[in-house]
Amino acid sequence: MSRDSRRKVLTTAFLVCVVCSVLVSAAAVGLKQRQQQNQEEEKRRNILQIARLFDPDIAVDLQFKKVRSAVVNLASGRFDTTVDPEKFDSRRAASQPESRVIIPAEKDKAGIKARSRFMDVYLVEEAGALKQIILPVYGKGLWSTMYGFIALGPDFSTVTGFGFYEHGETPGLGGEIDNRNWLASWPGKKVYDRTGAVRLAVVKGTVDPQSPNSVHEVDGLSGATLTSRGVSNLLAYWLGENGYEPFLTQLRSAGGVKP
Amino acid sequence: MSSPKDVLLNPIFNRNPITLEILGICSALAVTSKLETVTVMALAVTLVTAFSSFSISLIRERIPSSIRIIVQLTIIATLVIIIDQLLKAYAFSVSKQLSVFVGLIITNCIVLGRAEAFAMKNPPLLSFIDGIGNGIGYSLVLFAVGFLRELFGSGTLFGVTVFKTINEGGWYLPNGLLLLPPSAFFLIGFIIWGIRTWKVDQVEKEG
Repeated sequence: MSRDSRRKVLTTAFLVCVVCSVLVSAAAVGLKQRQQQNQEEEKRRNILQIARLFDPDIAVDLQFKKVRSAVVNLASGRFDTTVDPEKFDSRRAASQPESRVIIPAEKDKAGIKARSRFMDVYLVEEAGALKQIILPVYGKGLWSTMYGFIALGPDFSTVTGFGFYEHGETPGLGGEIDNRNWLASWPGKKVYDRTGAVRLAVVKGTVDPQSPNSVHEVDGLSGATLTSRGVSNLLAYWLGENGYEPFLTQLRSAGGVKP
Repeated sequence: MSSPKDVLLNPIFNRNPITLEILGICSALAVTSKLETVTVMALAVTLVTAFSSFSISLIRERIPSSIRIIVQLTIIATLVIIIDQLLKAYAFSVSKQLSVFVGLIITNCIVLGRAEAFAMKNPPLLSFIDGIGNGIGYSLVLFAVGFLRELFGSGTLFGVTVFKTINEGGWYLPNGLLLLPPSAFFLIGFIIWGIRTWKVDQVEKEG
């Protein structure tokens, strides 16, 4: 029988498909658990790094023991215990009609169109006292949505850490939002002024240390005006009244964290 | 029939897949801004080319010619998915940086090119060696481009600071163009020019 006969073509195609699909499925199923672990670890490492708690010599899981995750209902500003923080994925929730809220255009400073009704937050406690609270924030930069975390101290206004773990800004310009020196200028800045308005922002040029506003301002990134503006906007949204502000206000008046 | 040594070494300078055949350019542009990603990409492409050539050569007598490209692509795709899954499990941070480009090895013309041009006509072991040789040829160009792009684009090599950039408080003003994919076009162009000046027989005849 010639090797181009119809039967031969079908058998060869069938056999190649069977062998290949077995190999692919074996790899996908066999490695799934490890891959999920990696993803989880990656997220935890990001949180620890941004909160400036990360020690590369100690296993991530071990270090993450001092971090407690919880889920917050943003509208009420209260912890929501019906959602399991281990399984919660705010990005997926933001894409699903039953778990998201559409943000009206005039309030959508971060340029994200919709967000999850709930957000996952991370609490760092030492001897029963809250040391840091880590909040996921994201919004549009110049090219991409920038995903990051902001860590606040026990007064819920002083920044203790800030950074992005995923973005697609121009390397060398907007991509400098990953620059360690720039990120190091964030801790110590205050989010809210005396009236409770969000003032934390990236300015154009450098911050004048004499200015009374300097405690709310961070140096702009040169050549990255639009990315810098995106950073300011997403902070204004997420830390404002449509974001975490109700939650932070409640925490402040309760004098700490009691879920 | 050429000797295994020729099959292994020829693709490095004499018949380099990137500089002579101008194959695999897309990934050479995309992943060469850092040497770390270059290393993983080079390894992945070399392994895929070698094993796909090997497996295709094993069944080359049985593949009906009417569906040979599909069969070759199925085998290549299988290998690429397995490599991608392995990277996600064991080299997570690198696989994140390479993102879609691992999957795109499937469309890397070098892999299919070697399968069609070599593995369909030669025994398995020789095809395997040919795959390794072409992988090395591809890797060399990638490393050269990656070296220049990372050194002059970010002032680092394998993430270790060589030139301290102004943004980090040093003196070096990095060349931003080198961080963007088009710069690899220029660099590969210069490399092709260099190789063809050295090996004149590679120059294409005009007309």
